[in-house]
Amino acid sequence: MNGILTWWKAGMLLGAAFFLTVLLVKPIGVSTQFVIFDAMLWDLVEPSLIVASDTVKSGFDSTNAYLAKSGGKYAAAAANPLNYSFIFVLATMFGAWLSSRLGGDRPDAKERVRPAVWVERFGANSSRSRYVTVFIAGFIVLYGARLAGGCTSGHMMSGMMQTAVSGYLFTLGLLITAVPLAMVLYNKGGNK
Amino acid sequence: MEILLALVLGTFFGVALNRAGATNPNYIINMLRLRDMHLMKAILLAVGVSSLLLFVGLAVGMIPAAHLSVKAAYWGVLLGGALLGVGFALSGYCPGTALAAAATGRRDALLFIVGGLLGAFAYMITYPQMKAAGLLEHLWGGEITLAQNAKYEALLGAWPALAVAGGIAVLLIVIATVLPRYLFRK
Repeated sequence: MNGILTWWKAGMLLGAAFFLTVLLVKPIGVSTQFVIFDAMLWDLVEPSLIVASDTVKSGFDSTNAYLAKSGGKYAAAAANPLNYSFIFVLATMFGAWLSSRLGGDRPDAKERVRPAVWVERFGANSSRSRYVTVFIAGFIVLYGARLAGGCTSGHMMSGMMQTAVSGYLFTLGLLITAVPLAMVLYNKGGNK
Repeated sequence: MEILLALVLGTFFGVALNRAGATNPNYIINMLRLRDMHLMKAILLAVGVSSLLLFVGLAVGMIPAAHLSVKAAYWGVLLGGALLGVGFALSGYCPGTALAAAATGRRDALLFIVGGLLGAFAYMITYPQMKAAGLLEHLWGGEITLAQNAKYEALLGAWPALAVAGGIAVLLIVIATVLPRYLFRK
């Protein structure tokens, strides 16, 4: 009893989330908001990063080529934090918190540090290695997501929902590395 | 109005991720090592059902095609997906679930987020090199789908959209249903 629904209820709930967003606004995407948050921080340190401009479509230009691409849409989003996609991601965090307090999946004190599957494989004294690994993993995941132009939400779920060719291509790339690596990494050791 | 929708829909998505088990890295890792297919079944069902509803909604005019947002296909999508897969298997987190998991109190997810912000920053800096390397050159015309729609080119555009998208959706739902939850129980 950890508050996690059966697979078909979980699937219907997730499916409803992806359908309702495209019905009412646009498909879900998360990883772009890491760039937007970075750009907000960077612009605080270096205010010349993002500047208002009449010559680009979004009204905002940037000295960084990535923020300036596609008519400066990322620059514009970072200049205006109260935009749909950024608020959506903040609300996602709120929703997960709320759910975990209302009978959803809520990690106990041990789980908060590292998941049980990590302890099973690497032992009880593995919190530091978990932190280091997860930090590196976060770097690789977001670099990969930006190179791909989206992550699990935007490419895999929203993309395949729309039958986007890019969504299938992304999912193929993800499975090619994720499944063998997870099997090698976590199935090693004979305590099963 | 858009901000209100962002608040409501975002909250709903966060609840769904948490209730599905996606904010729990044990479930992600056990799916990827083919031990517990709970999340795989849920994801396949979610994509199938949402896709079916989307294309029915488009067909009856309930959903404007302008709401579609198809990303471009290029080799960087495959490579980036493969990189993401490495970090996904190492950690059991992807960008959305890490943010949601941190909100439920998982401290390792915070480290993932800090690493992620740095990774995204590294991409902002190296974007010109990736572009120059040709990794972002569009394939098959770039923003392209399989099923026909009023906004993007479709590879199978000669066929009715509902037959293509509906067929794929039904296939995903069938796989979700027949896939055993425990593939290799030891």
